[in-house]
Amino acid sequence: MSFFVDTAGIMLVTPLMAFLAILAVGKRMKHKGGEIAVAALAVNLVWATVLFVMNMTEGVLDQTTFEIARIGSGLVFELGWVVDGLSIMMFFLVNLVGLLVFIYALGYMHGDVRVPWFFAAFSLFAGSMLILVGAPNLVQLIIGWEGVGLASYFLIGFYWDDLDNVKAGNKAFLTNKVGDVGLVLGAIILGVTIGTFDFASLAEAATEHAEALGAVAVVGGLLLFFGAMGKSAQFPLHIWLPDAMAGPTPVSALMHAATMVTAGIYLMARVFPLFENLAEEVRPLMVAIGAITLFAIGLLALVANDIKKVLAYSTVSQLGYMMTAVAAGGYTAGLFHLFTHAFFKALLFLGAGAVIHAVHSNDLSDMGGLRKHMPTTYWTFLVGSLALAGIFPFSGFWSKDEILATLGTEGYTAVMWIAIAGAFVTAFYMTRCVALTFFGTFKGHGTPHEAPRLMTGPLIGLAIPSILIGAANIPGVDWPGIGNFTDWLGVRVVAMGDHHAEGIDYALAGIGLGAALAGIAIGWLIYGKDRSTQEERDRFEVPGLFPLLRRKYYVDDVALGLVGATSGPVARFVDWTNTYILDGIVNAVGGATKFLGGIVYNGVDQIVVDGIFNGLSAAADGAGSVLRRLQTGRVQQYASGFVGGVLILVVLFVFVI
Amino acid sequence: MIVHQFLILAAALFAMGVYGLLVRRNIVLILLSVELMLNAVNINLIAFESMLATPQAIGQVFAIFVITVAAAEVGIGLAIVLMIFRNRRSANVDDLNLMRW
Amino acid sequence: MTFTDWIGEPVNWFFTAIGLVVLFAGLRVVTAKNVVHSALYLVGALGGTAGLFVLLSAEFVAWVLVLVYIGAVIVLFLFGIMITRAPTGLDEGLDAEKKVWPVALSVAVFVAMAWSSIESFEPTVLLGTGEATSTELVGESLLGRFVIPFEVVSFVLLAALVGGITIARRDLTPVEEEERAAV
Repeated sequence: MSFFVDTAGIMLVTPLMAFLAILAVGKRMKHKGGEIAVAALAVNLVWATVLFVMNMTEGVLDQTTFEIARIGSGLVFELGWVVDGLSIMMFFLVNLVGLLVFIYALGYMHGDVRVPWFFAAFSLFAGSMLILVGAPNLVQLIIGWEGVGLASYFLIGFYWDDLDNVKAGNKAFLTNKVGDVGLVLGAIILGVTIGTFDFASLAEAATEHAEALGAVAVVGGLLLFFGAMGKSAQFPLHIWLPDAMAGPTPVSALMHAATMVTAGIYLMARVFPLFENLAEEVRPLMVAIGAITLFAIGLLALVANDIKKVLAYSTVSQLGYMMTAVAAGGYTAGLFHLFTHAFFKALLFLGAGAVIHAVHSNDLSDMGGLRKHMPTTYWTFLVGSLALAGIFPFSGFWSKDEILATLGTEGYTAVMWIAIAGAFVTAFYMTRCVALTFFGTFKGHGTPHEAPRLMTGPLIGLAIPSILIGAANIPGVDWPGIGNFTDWLGVRVVAMGDHHAEGIDYALAGIGLGAALAGIAIGWLIYGKDRSTQEERDRFEVPGLFPLLRRKYYVDDVALGLVGATSGPVARFVDWTNTYILDGIVNAVGGATKFLGGIVYNGVDQIVVDGIFNGLSAAADGAGSVLRRLQTGRVQQYASGFVGGVLILVVLFVFVI
Repeated sequence: MIVHQFLILAAALFAMGVYGLLVRRNIVLILLSVELMLNAVNINLIAFESMLATPQAIGQVFAIFVITVAAAEVGIGLAIVLMIFRNRRSANVDDLNLMRW
Repeated sequence: MTFTDWIGEPVNWFFTAIGLVVLFAGLRVVTAKNVVHSALYLVGALGGTAGLFVLLSAEFVAWVLVLVYIGAVIVLFLFGIMITRAPTGLDEGLDAEKKVWPVALSVAVFVAMAWSSIESFEPTVLLGTGEATSTELVGESLLGRFVIPFEVVSFVLLAALVGGITIARRDLTPVEEEERAAV
């Protein structure tokens, strides 16, 4: 059995191999490479399930790393995988939901454009996500982080024929990048100070050498949180998620609901000891941002007319719940909500995809009365909505209740009441959505039909855990032999203190449930009755609030304004530098060279060198013209010279020497 | 008789031969001047022989050689003069200045 | 020896006479205006030289001089003169115009030679016409010690002979060439 633990790294590799295989041969296959993607995740799911069961029964804790590079004798860069409670949970989640979404996508993307590239990029995403969750250190986490960001960019802008989709992809990537700056800086600061990037060492340093880290921990923690804000769409870096709905629905289901956006929460959980012991000043800030996200963005779902946008705002709101919980110290609460949310939010998205597939439109005004036409979709969507709203006994109820309990026990009472209000809002907008989609008369064209089996299968597959999985973490309940969710998570690389309620706080649970039911009731009151036109539908309005909501709090405009205001002057400055300084240098060098060349040519070459040679030849010429006169051709003159020479010699030898 | 008188005589003849060599325009006359110079040399040789009285009469033998070579030289010289005269119709040495600049 | 003693010897009278003849003849060789006269004056110079040789006990050489030089070379010269049709009359353009350099040079030569001769040798008294040099001695020497130069000189003569004939040969006219080829 330890075979699965030792070879757990195979899960990180198979989707990447699938990526390459699909690029190579996907075109020729019946489902255009989707089979390869499904097969890869199926193989992964085997490992994930075995590890999950092993962890439930006996607890698994292992880490395998390979050293890649080393700076001097200090920082070491390693790649590998860690198998502990947290990562096993994530492996299981990513592979299971991923497999179901992939199967769904086989049906959804059938006959669409560029299907092999879709599955290739999707597999790339899956591989990167697994690399991220299996990361034993910050470096590999960042590698996976960037990988999912890249895959997200590809898939959001999948239908790149429409420029808006491309812009949405850019927006997602760039907003993530803003957060990534914080992530990388935080990783560097923490890694260099502690001397290693490894999570286990980080946790150990945080718990044992607490004083030595001091301010570094605060700054590092803050920066890491900033990175998490980008990826997990916390206010104000949430702006990319609604626009990311431009991608195909399976993408929205898997990446922007269940997995990628939860990477930020996962990171916070991984470095939890840092926040727990040292960066305590940061936590209230994190809680506050989580609370704002939770409530304010949740409100935006009230005015959304695109079914996917409703779900997108809902996702952001739920991410706010998770972040608040983890920041408040509810390690288990936040992660349990992540776990349940993955199932029912993916389910909701896939259901929305089925609806869109049938109606050929995302707009709620084109829907209505689909309950009769698409029964499976209706029932599964309903299940998902009830789970999201937090109705007993669906999974969402248990996870949301745990969050409320944690907030209460940690002393964040105000935030707790905000969360309860958020539950009311959640139920309200989901009721609106369900009512406008499935009830009343159909306001679109033609006759919608139920989705094919490839799509309804995963819907059912996701609905079941949405109903049941809440049982994994009923406070005070400890299932025989396997423990509960807290125990499964408890097997961590470093043991950390955690806060888990011992028993159900019935009062709090009742208040939460009451808020949700009230939301459903009021929502049904307003939207349950069938209206014929969208204006009538939109007639319900909270004055003052709804116009603000419709402009999305002007956050997008502020962001755009900031970018526009800074990039213009920056670009102009760079252009000036280029033209005057860089080009100036180059031109000056060229001019100087030309000038020097002129000097050398005119001065040195023409005058001196040529002068020497001309002078030499003139001298030879002159000497020649003079000396040739000796050759007169007259023998007697030669004879005279001869005699004269002999005379001189005679005189010389006889008289002088 | 002292040796000097012969040497001075030979010197005078030699000088006259040089003068003739440099002054005369006719090639044949130039050759005659050369003969004169050779003759002066002969006188010198015999005089020295008489002075030294070598057992093998070296000076006299040498003088015989000079005479012989002079004869050969005159033969060739005149043959050349003949050819020049045939080609150029003139025996004036001033006309033979083709090998000039 | 003083001049008086020198004059006292009868040999020197002969020497003076012959010497004057030779000098005069030599002078006339280089200054005569008539080419034939020049050649004939050379004959005189050569004859006088032969007499001087006799005075110096070199009878054999004197006789060789007369035979070869006067007998053959001068005759050759006269032939040459005649063939080149040098004007047998007075020839004005016989000498060069500028005589300064040649005169200067020849005087310089004379002075140099005379001076060096007198400086280098003591006034050795030469024996007069006493014992003659035997021809046998000359012959022995010629074919004994100087046999190689002797042979070489014979080659030189042969070369001169062949060369002279070759140089002076008349080119064949086309008619003669045809006749030569037909044979």
